[in-house]
Formats: sequence, structure tokens, C-alpha cells
Amino acid sequence: MNREKVVFAFFIVLALTLNFGFVIGEIDNPHHHNVYELYAALVVSLIATVLKFGDRTHLGSVLLATSLVADLQLIAAALVWGWAENTAPAGLTPSTMAAIVSLAAGAVLANVTSVVMLVAETLTIRR
Amino acid sequence: MPNVIYILLRRLHTPLLLLIGVYAVSVLGFTLIPGVASGGEPYYMDFFHAFYVVSYTATTIGFGELPHPFSPAQRLWATGSIYATVVAWIYAIGSLIATFQDPAFRALIAQNRVRRAVQHMGESFYLVCGYGDTGSALVRALTDYGLRAVVVDIDPNRVSALELEDLRSYAPGLCADAVEPQTLIEAGLQHPRCAGVIAVTNFDMVNLQIAITAKLLRPRLRVVCRAESRDVGANMASFGTDHIINPFDIFAERLALALHAPGMFLVHEWVTSVPHEPLREPLFPPHGRWIVCGYGRFGKALHERLAVEDISITVIEANPAGTQPPPGSVIGRGTEAHTLREAHVETAVGIVAGTDVDANNLSIIMTARELNPKLFMVARQNRLTNQAIFAAADLHLTMQRSSIIAHKIFALIRSPLLADFLTLAGTQTNEWANELAARISAVTQEKAPHIWAVRLNAQDAPALWQALMDGETVTLGDLFRDPHDREQTLGCIALLVKHEEKEPLLPTDDYELTAGDELLFCGRYRASQWMDWTLKNENVLKYLLHGEAPRGTASVREPAPSERM
Repeated sequence: MNREKVVFAFFIVLALTLNFGFVIGEIDNPHHHNVYELYAALVVSLIATVLKFGDRTHLGSVLLATSLVADLQLIAAALVWGWAENTAPAGLTPSTMAAIVSLAAGAVLANVTSVVMLVAETLTIRR
Repeated sequence: MPNVIYILLRRLHTPLLLLIGVYAVSVLGFTLIPGVASGGEPYYMDFFHAFYVVSYTATTIGFGELPHPFSPAQRLWATGSIYATVVAWIYAIGSLIATFQDPAFRALIAQNRVRRAVQHMGESFYLVCGYGDTGSALVRALTDYGLRAVVVDIDPNRVSALELEDLRSYAPGLCADAVEPQTLIEAGLQHPRCAGVIAVTNFDMVNLQIAITAKLLRPRLRVVCRAESRDVGANMASFGTDHIINPFDIFAERLALALHAPGMFLVHEWVTSVPHEPLREPLFPPHGRWIVCGYGRFGKALHERLAVEDISITVIEANPAGTQPPPGSVIGRGTEAHTLREAHVETAVGIVAGTDVDANNLSIIMTARELNPKLFMVARQNRLTNQAIFAAADLHLTMQRSSIIAHKIFALIRSPLLADFLTLAGTQTNEWANELAARISAVTQEKAPHIWAVRLNAQDAPALWQALMDGETVTLGDLFRDPHDREQTLGCIALLVKHEEKEPLLPTDDYELTAGDELLFCGRYRASQWMDWTLKNENVLKYLLHGEAPRGTASVREPAPSERM
């Protein structure tokens, strides 16, 4: 068992699960989407990105790319939320909430790609 | 470049993870710890404000307690997060700087810079392996002549010496082991503009490896190698290395030439000289018995050559068991008066100090001069840095290994016709050479002659080629006319014409040119520029041929005067 591989897989899968947990629920209902969950998803996604740095293989490069996409989507979602809470005249409206959740849903897709590739790579390794 | 970024990111793994972790915990803490609003009611910071507070405390800017004065619990958390974030930042920045200062990382950056420079080479260039005395002299000659060079050397000090050198064009220097094929590929071996590989490192085996790599990867590329042992030379020749340079053989050959045909020696030296060199004075070595000190590789090559010329030789050698000198040799170093007397220095006409220690060579010369001031003195100079003392010793001839190799290689590279010319000239008499030497010195005036080759085809000489296609008769003499005044001549000499496999030496002025001829000229640099004008501009050519075309309607601009020579 390789500790590094465990940590790597852990963060990739955790990024997906947290992200999914945030997205699930009615898209425009603020009660269904917890801000802490978005925060956790963002932090874990950033950590997963850094873990992928420096892998020169083709797979490593694609994993890094999907991870960067997820980061970008989540940061955009967080920025929209921050803007809605603090500067938007109407506050957090259902339509803004929908925008935030759909951005985060995009990140889910990127994270799913990462996990699928990780699983695919694992399956090709024979013992 | 991608390598550099990957390595940088990999080195920064831990600091980046630490930064993200510390920020995440600090921000989370601020959102969870209740504060007190101005009205006295409790409030919770949102993520935006928490991130704001952490950002300005982590970077030690410290705007104060925003948006409301902190509660004691918040202050406690702020204290902790200040220490944690500042330490994380210092660690991250420290790692970044350490990575940039890492010698391996810097070497990688330098390597990338060279690789980019080589990739963007727009003109043909030579790959010079080894930047010692020979390599540096050669690179200078190549760049002075207008060619480009890429240098590979294993010693970082030499590569930085190249960077400090004031060359006419930028010569990228790669600090790597040329034995590894990857190094040569990075230095542009497979680049379409690579015109040849020159292996002049200090080690024969390294040169051999470079030659075989080059011949396998680019079979049609010209490869010039230095080989001090004949074994390795034969090995190189076996797989088609184009030119193998053995400095000992070449110098022995030159000295023998100087002894039996001084005029030929002079012509040889002149046409193979590098740009900016002063012309060598004619030498007149005496005939009689010579003393050769040192019977190593150099002494052996010299002995062989001089024996062919029927010159009697006395060898002085300190280690007869190891070198097997011919019978009748004197045992000793030659630095002491008694060994020289034993070799009858009083009756000898010349002495060659050919050991591999410069101090011994000079000592031999000084001692011999005291015993017989009329001696013709030749010394072998092993290290370029001893230039000043060898110059002060006032010798008739100094054999400097690095410059001999550099001259020879430069002559080979400059034009394949020049090599043909030298071979053909070797079959001529000394009187012929004396006459040629007189003609060359008349046109070049105390500077190294410029040697250039012209091929009469549509690309290199469009105007002349068109005239020949139109059935005009153009003689060599027409090319020698000055474009400013056709009654005057440019100062230059045609050394060789290559016409359908025939190669007449020194063609006369009434030689009729035909398309496809290759010509080798010798003269001043300016003459080559004016001639280039004639070859490329039909109005100029018409004026030279018939004296008619009005001047000033030239479609090609007059070449700008250059400071090259």
C-alpha cells in the first residue's frame, strides 16, 4: 500500500463527494445549499490540484487540467455568493442561488472526470 | 521550458499545501467564532469577510479589527492565525527562493535557454564540442568569418568564459557531457541548419563517441574530429568521419614543408590563416643536421617526416625505455648543457624542443642558444596561456597545438575547394609557390587574405548566370574589373576553378567562364564584396563587360562598406 496514492485518491474522491453534496437539492432554494459545504469543496479541490502538480505523465496532465476547471468553477460560485450577500441590492435571490449551484454543478462534472480517470488508471494496473 | 515549470511545482508541493491548509483553517475559524456587532447583538462573519481578515493579517498588513471590533474569542483566534499564516508564507517564499538558487535548477534553466536559442537558429551553424584553447580559437574564427557556432562543454567555467567572450554573433553554450547523444541533440545535431560537427575535446575517446553519434544520427553531416592517437584516428576513419585532425602529424608535416619548400609553407599558412591575423613572415630554415628533444607522439611524427625529407636527426629523449627512440639517440632531457653537447649542438643547424612540458621546452631553447646562437629554433607550446613567454623567447617557429588544429579545421570548413587547392598545390614546385606568395602579398597587404568561393549558378550569381545563358563570353579578367572604374582591377587572385571535375590551378585572366563553374578566390575582404555585386547585378556586369550601362540605375544597392576587414 502506497501512502501517497491513498492521500491522492482520498482528496480526489473527497472533492467530488463534497461538491456533489453541495449541489444536490432544489437548485434555487438557499436552504438546500450550505455555504460551509461549498467552502469545504473549494478547499479540498485546491488541495487536490496541488497534489497533481509535477506529474509529467499524460494522465497527470489531464488530471491537473480537470482539477483546474473544478477550481475555476467553484471559485466563480464562491465569488457570486460573496457578491450576492454583500453588495447585491436584492441579497441572495433564488436566481442568484441557481447561478451558484449551476456553477458548482459544472465543477461536479470536472470532478467526475477526474475520478473516472483515476479508476480507469487503477484498473489497468495488474498485479 | 515545461520541465522547469514541472520541477518548480513539484518542489513547491509541501509549501503550497501548507498555505492552503492554514488559510482554510483560519478562514473557517473566523466564520464560526461569534463576534459582537456595534448594537451589542452577536454576529457571525461571512466567508468573504473572514477571507479578507485572514488575507491582510497573513501578509502582515493589518488593517485592524473589521468590520466590528473583535470579541476576545476572535482575538484569540486571530493571534493564532497570524503566527500560522505568516510562518506558512515565509516557508513558501523561502522554498521558492531556495529552488531558484539550486544549482541543478539553474543549470536546467540555462539548458532551456540554449535549447530555445538553438531551435531558433535561422542560419547554418557548426556544433563545436569542447571549448578549450582549440575550441575558443575556432569559435572566434567562425564567428569572425560570419558563421554561427553552438558550443558544448562539460566544464561550467569554460561555458561562462564563452558568455564573457565578445563574439560577433551570439554562440549559445551548453554545459553538458558531449558523450551523451541527448546532449548533442539538444545542441542542435538534428537541426536542419546544422552544417557540421567539430569534436575538439581533450579526450580522444570523447571525440570518437561524438563522431559516431553524429555519423549515425546524421550520416550526411560533415564531421571533423581531433585525434591525438593514430589508433583512434583509424577508428574514426572506419565509419566515415570526414576529417581527422592529428595535431602532431600536421605540425610535423608543416615543419617538413617549411624545411624543404619555404614558399609552399608560406602559401599554406596564408590561405589557412584566420581573419584579422597578421601575415606570417617568410621562413628560411637551414639545411643540415637537426636536434629533436622529446620522442613522444610529436617527436615520432616529426622524425618520420624529416626522415622522408632525408634530413639527419639526433634525438634527445629522457625516457628511452618507454618511447624506443632510434639508435644513436642521446639520453637526457635536453635542458642541461651536457646532453646538448653530447648531441653535438655546436654543429647542428636547428633544434626542435618538443616535450610536453612548456618550461622544459623553453629551458632547452635557452640553453641551446647559449651553446650555439646560430641555431634555428622551433618549440612546441602546450598551453595557450604561456603565449607571452613564448613570444618573448624570440623563436623562429612556435608549434602551438590548439592554433594549428583551429587553423586546419577552419580552412576545411571555409570551403571544400580550399582543401582541393591545398592538395593540388602540394604537387607544385617551390618556385611556383614563391611566385604565388609574391602575388598574394601584393594584393592583401600584410593582412590575412580573405578566401572565398563562388559558384556560378542562378542562385549565387544570378546576373552572371543569365549573361552566360544569353551566350555572352565572360572571362575571369572581366570579374576582376572594379565596378567603379572598369579600367581598374579589384585586388584578388583566382586560386582554383572547378570545371566538370577538372580543376585547373591559378587560371589566367582569359579563362572563359561557363555556368556551373566553382571558383576559389583570394584577396581582400572588400574585393569579395565588389565581386559579389558584379555577380548579382546585371547593370554592373554589363558595364564591366562592355563599358556601357549608365551607372546609377543599379537595381541592387551598392554594398555597404563593412568593418569586417
